[in-house]
Amino acid sequence: MTESEIQQTVFDAIRRIAPEADPAQLSPGENLRQGLDIDSFDFLNLLIGLHERLGVEIPEADYGQLRTLTDLVRYLGAKVK
Amino acid sequence: MSEFRMPSLGADMIEGTLVQWNVKPGDSVKRGDIVAIVGTDKADIEVEVFETGTVERLIAQVGEKLPVGAPIAWIRAAGEAAGPPPAIPAAKPAAPHIHASPLARKLARELGVDLEQIKGTGPHGVIERHDVEEAAKAKPAAAKPAVEVPPPARPAAEPGSGMRRAIAAAMARSNREIPHYYLSTQIDMSKTLRWLEESNRQRTLENRVLPAAVLLKAVAKALVQVPELNGFWVDDQLKTSPSIHLGVAVSLRQGGLMIPAIHSADQLPLEELMRALREMITRTRSGRLRSSDITDSTITVTNLGDLGVETVFGVIYPPQVALVGFGKIVDRPWADNGMLGVRPVLTATLAADHRATDGRRGAQFLEALSALLDEPSQL
Repeated sequence: MTESEIQQTVFDAIRRIAPEADPAQLSPGENLRQGLDIDSFDFLNLLIGLHERLGVEIPEADYGQLRTLTDLVRYLGAKVK
Repeated sequence: MSEFRMPSLGADMIEGTLVQWNVKPGDSVKRGDIVAIVGTDKADIEVEVFETGTVERLIAQVGEKLPVGAPIAWIRAAGEAAGPPPAIPAAKPAAPHIHASPLARKLARELGVDLEQIKGTGPHGVIERHDVEEAAKAKPAAAKPAVEVPPPARPAAEPGSGMRRAIAAAMARSNREIPHYYLSTQIDMSKTLRWLEESNRQRTLENRVLPAAVLLKAVAKALVQVPELNGFWVDDQLKTSPSIHLGVAVSLRQGGLMIPAIHSADQLPLEELMRALREMITRTRSGRLRSSDITDSTITVTNLGDLGVETVFGVIYPPQVALVGFGKIVDRPWADNGMLGVRPVLTATLAADHRATDGRRGAQFLEALSALLDEPSQL
């Protein structure tokens, strides 16, 4: 799976949990939760959505590595491969 | 034969608009069935029936605005013989059940789009704003309203909007009528967070429990010890509730907030409470709340920790008598047995009605809350 495909998957998952948000407007280094105005429930739902799509289980201990869109795409990329 | 009346879906509700019937005359209904959708200033709410029987007649017409308490249908109780039909004109036939977000419904009304013709792309097929916008674009030009109404960017919570007016009315009444007192305490969350991290390792992603659910459970159990904070101030006296239904303040993406209830929260195992909370937040944000979600809260809990707030000074939702606020868990210097260390610390606040309780009982509540969070395995 390419980085661009993973990013598209992340965008699709974001649109499911925050239909009003436009993930394409996110800067790659912007804080994901602040940029999308999502709370801890939305974030958990986002991870569940990504797990359903990509089969990647994200342990709680790794949440700190997932601050930005770039972080998330890279993290998933490493796990998917 | 009994009248089914326009329900009161909040202290601030004076009237409601019948948005949709989900039943038609002759249909059997049982207690808890969703029979209609009623539009309030805040949102469209699915209304449940509280009697088992048969729909005899629909009185209210779709689109009709009626005061709280006005009869909107006749229900014949199970086993009751059919009587003479009440002399009220028959309503329109029932429309199929449509799930749409409050924003989508408002936009559809403004753009003249028929929700029945739209296939929702949201969770569980819920119709969302962009579905309505797409449908509006696809409409033939001749079918558009003569005067184009631009879709408002944030219609639900702009100053002067229905949502804002409803919140303003409830909060103004609260500040006018309720003599608030405030107490706060700082709670060392080390044990709770360690315990939660440990127990979450054994759970799948779908079953993971967030700290917010643990806090709700602790509030519910602390209320068992201080029940005077769980109830209503009605007719100049405190009426405590035998059940603990936690109203959870949920912010809406388009602005404003709703306070749906987690029923009997003290009785729910933690994992079940977390599931109920997730389901409730999803339904709130996709416009699928039910009347019992809105009307049953016996106390409100608001958690602004996600937004970086450290201390919450809440305004009680009348006729409730208390509100519990939680801020962000932050690392702070903390002295314990003469040793200084750094601990994750939560500020918990209580806003309470001084007519119903005194500071001493409020302090006992916060003490109970703190003790419960110091022994999280007891939750």
